Amino acid sequence: MALKILNPGLSTSIQDLGRPGYFHLGIPIGGAMDRFAMRVANMLVGNNEDAAGLEAVFMGPEITFTEDALIAVTGAELPVMLDGVEQNTWTAIAVKKGQTLSFGFLQSGARIYIAVSGGIDTPEALGSRSTYPIGALGGVDGRNVAAGDVLPLGKSGHGKAGATVAPAHRRLPANPAVLRMVKGLYWHRLTEASGEQFLNDEWKVAPEADRMGYRFRGGKPLEFVDREQPFGAGSDPSNIVDGCYSYGSIQVPGGTEPIVLHRDAVSGGGYFTLGAIISADMDYIGQLQPHTPVKFEAVSMEDALAARKERHQLLDEIRASLA
Amino acid sequence: MKTRYTFGGDEHIYIEMDEEMSLDAFFKSLSMSNAVREANIDGVTEICPANASFQVKFNPDVIHPDDLLEKVKALEAVAEKAEKRMNTRIIEIPVYYQDPWTHETLMRFRERHQDPSGTDLEYAARINGFDSVDDFITAHHSQPWFVSMVGFVAGLPFLYQLVERDKQLEVPKYLRPRTDTPKLTVGYGGCFSCIYSVRGAGGYQMFGITPMPIYDPEQEVTYLKDFMVLFRPGDIVKWRPIDRAEYDAICQQVEDGTFTPKMAEVEFDLDAFNKDMTGTNARLMEALNGA
Repeated sequence: MALKILNPGLSTSIQDLGRPGYFHLGIPIGGAMDRFAMRVANMLVGNNEDAAGLEAVFMGPEITFTEDALIAVTGAELPVMLDGVEQNTWTAIAVKKGQTLSFGFLQSGARIYIAVSGGIDTPEALGSRSTYPIGALGGVDGRNVAAGDVLPLGKSGHGKAGATVAPAHRRLPANPAVLRMVKGLYWHRLTEASGEQFLNDEWKVAPEADRMGYRFRGGKPLEFVDREQPFGAGSDPSNIVDGCYSYGSIQVPGGTEPIVLHRDAVSGGGYFTLGAIISADMDYIGQLQPHTPVKFEAVSMEDALAARKERHQLLDEIRASLA
Repeated sequence: MKTRYTFGGDEHIYIEMDEEMSLDAFFKSLSMSNAVREANIDGVTEICPANASFQVKFNPDVIHPDDLLEKVKALEAVAEKAEKRMNTRIIEIPVYYQDPWTHETLMRFRERHQDPSGTDLEYAARINGFDSVDDFITAHHSQPWFVSMVGFVAGLPFLYQLVERDKQLEVPKYLRPRTDTPKLTVGYGGCFSCIYSVRGAGGYQMFGITPMPIYDPEQEVTYLKDFMVLFRPGDIVKWRPIDRAEYDAICQQVEDGTFTPKMAEVEFDLDAFNKDMTGTNARLMEALNGA
């Protein structure tokens, strides 16, 4: 039981829900950028939610199957074709042995998630199949998938063809997007006016946006509170003594272009961070295309926790609807 | 030294022992992160020690951020009383300074640098008041270094030089981080040296390259068979300058599986070091040279 990659698209990688536990050594959690979409795709085909699937950026891959299978495509919207016949997204699709899965042009969002019944069964590295190319871990020999790769599949679950997620339950960011954040970390380095400016400005996703971090442009340069730089930090006002980075933390090297660290984050460094995106909004970032306008909205911890709860409830509703 | 507690979103607590770097701040941070680990608090998922700070990642579905913050704060007193002593290793790392690969890369990203007209080493030597690049390089490798953090990318060590503060070298990071750094580049930012374990983005000034792998996900390198990451916080490093011929020879030995890093077991006592840096370093070097 396997699937064969005929064409990998632009950048397609094997991802699951990641490898927690090694961030203290600089090895990030990794896994699907849009965990919501990955979980739902797995639910649709009857897999455990942490089974490995494919994450494809901007363009779908072309895949053929060695046996009958059940698949689901979630996340970004783009036409899904089986032997050239259009299929529904967010829906379990029965695939016959020898059929070819392909995709049309991207309509909205940035990353699609493809789950296959049984899950992709490549070897685990440090407890996960997620691809971390920088550290050459997981995936196919530590890399993204390539044409000709044959990916083994696990034992099929109990999914049913035709199972579908109600449109109200499909989650993609708005455009312009709002990313909620909790102020903190080194927020105090900013002048009050500059902090307000940061939140009022409209930013745009820069082309340098990937699994490690999303970069933004277009807002005004930040202004720092004057100080003598602490020993060991370096002389630029945006420098700090290298510390740990939080997932979702917003660093602004030189005070110019914010970078939000994502699943393949570097674990630490010497640029100040002004807060972090709330856990409930992290999935959205993986669905932002370059040039998408974005605003950062500061929220309280209680709001962040409420948003996290809402996201859990949404997943619970989907689980119940598919049970 | 004043401890600062802050949240990183709804899943992290960040604890800064001190704004500035010192071995005292490092030891306090390490002790406190150990105390948090030993406390086995429900909901804590990861603890990452850094140079003068550490971070606790948690699941807010299990423990409310404010409750965890109180529990972590309560452990500060424990950390203050902890011994500033550890059993560790000293490891010799060969460095080919001014190598062609980092030179090619630093030229490629010149517009992101403070001084586009020179090299990273020329800039670092000048702003640290050295007459020549060679003198600066000598200052970089003459005394041992302490691994005060492992991270950034897989297995990358941050190193702090075991010398008086007025002898510490300091440089800023690149104005805008590079998107590329050669694998095994020996870098510098703030008061820290580092070794880029893998190829990738980076903001540190680039001084040279080591032929000695420090991260091997395949676990084929002889000394990385047990675990893919070489360094842990508290390791001590001595750079040894090498030329191109020796660089090539060591690369070959690594490939043949015949290279063994020179290292020795040592004890490091912060109070003893603070009392007598020269003597402590001499004893560390004695242990290394006896290895």
